[in-house]
Amino acid sequence: MAPRKLYGMPLSPNVVRVAAALNEKGLDFEIVPVDLRTGAHKQPEFLALNPFGQIPALQDGDEVLYESRAINRYIATKYTEGPELLPTPSAKLEVWLEVESHHFYPHVSPLVFQLLIKPMLGGAADPVVVDKHAHELARVLDVYETHLAQNKYLAGDAFTLADLNHMSYLFCLSKTPKADLVASRPHVKAWWDDISARPAFQKTVAAIPFPPSA
Amino acid sequence: MAMKVYGPAASTNVARVLVCLEEVGLDYELVPVDMTKGEHKSPAHVSRNPFGQVPAFQDGDLILSESRAISKYILRKGGGSHLLREGNLSEAAMVDVWLEVESGQFDSAMSPIVFQCFVVPMFMGGTTDMKVVEENLEKLKKSLEVYEARLSRFKYLAGDFVSLADISHFPMAHYLLVGPHASVIDAYPHVKAWIADIMSRPSVKKVTELMEAAIRMN
Repeated sequence: MAPRKLYGMPLSPNVVRVAAALNEKGLDFEIVPVDLRTGAHKQPEFLALNPFGQIPALQDGDEVLYESRAINRYIATKYTEGPELLPTPSAKLEVWLEVESHHFYPHVSPLVFQLLIKPMLGGAADPVVVDKHAHELARVLDVYETHLAQNKYLAGDAFTLADLNHMSYLFCLSKTPKADLVASRPHVKAWWDDISARPAFQKTVAAIPFPPSA
Repeated sequence: MAMKVYGPAASTNVARVLVCLEEVGLDYELVPVDMTKGEHKSPAHVSRNPFGQVPAFQDGDLILSESRAISKYILRKGGGSHLLREGNLSEAAMVDVWLEVESGQFDSAMSPIVFQCFVVPMFMGGTTDMKVVEENLEKLKKSLEVYEARLSRFKYLAGDFVSLADISHFPMAHYLLVGPHASVIDAYPHVKAWIADIMSRPSVKKVTELMEAAIRMN
């Protein structure tokens, strides 16, 4: 059977979001490079996979999907091996999947771009943008702190897709000067220490080609 | 006890939840939250939605936030899971893809447009920032090109079946149609026809009336 193909840049946190899910399920896949710096994501071959011209896209047999969170739902639903990432009933899990997308991501993503990705591309972080999103992310993480004081994982007692969908950006955040946003919140820190120690995630980050630290 | 939805019907995120309740025909009570008085930041409301936003939702002891999560709960409970295509992996995957697109592309471009064209003049006594509107109209058009190509091949977004992915667009589509930039969809005939189809659903018509009544009251 043809291997699963994950299209994108191995450094992109949205691509890593999917890699993390594939690894939790113990699934083989290859990363097919789509280099944003050369505009490969706007070429017809890639637009045939994702007409919005964004990474990642996943090819799994005949199925071609895009939108990392939709891809992860598909992986969690289709593959029964490994941990149950999307158990039902799952009202609380659905809430925290949305919270990641609508509250966490809008602030962590620009922070990671400014502090990690822009410097790699030869640019400099914009302090106004950094301060604004760090301030907002702090308020969001205060809600997580309260929640994780009552819950071991976001959806309750077990690790689920709600936790997993945060991991690629949490990992990138931990490489920036704003890592203290997590480290200074004891329950958020404990949660991150726990989930980042998962063997599947260790495997995922080993494959991220971070440049050597300066 | 009937389910409770907390928030103004004029809010697109509240309307999304209301339309799902109407689709499955479950009884509900709409509990007002006066955002002009900051009620959404009150301790009572924050205990239901810790981010101090609308909607919040209550079904017995279960309290939920986030409109798309609430919508799925309602559809699954009320016999509306065909709108999620659960049980068919491929179809459900396409519903999920287009729900992400709705949130990440359509809603993200429409939200600043609606804020500038409605909320700022009507509730904040300010003037519309046309630069923000123009930037987001350009983003919207780029997305609508992709929607047009999709809807030229399929009747609805996830395939030839209506789903939550389509219905989830209606609140922002309503504000687009009644706002000053409705003509932007004229260049996309399949999108225009699809919007008209969604807006003609009885559930959508009912909630549109609630939204308009809420705006008139202000």
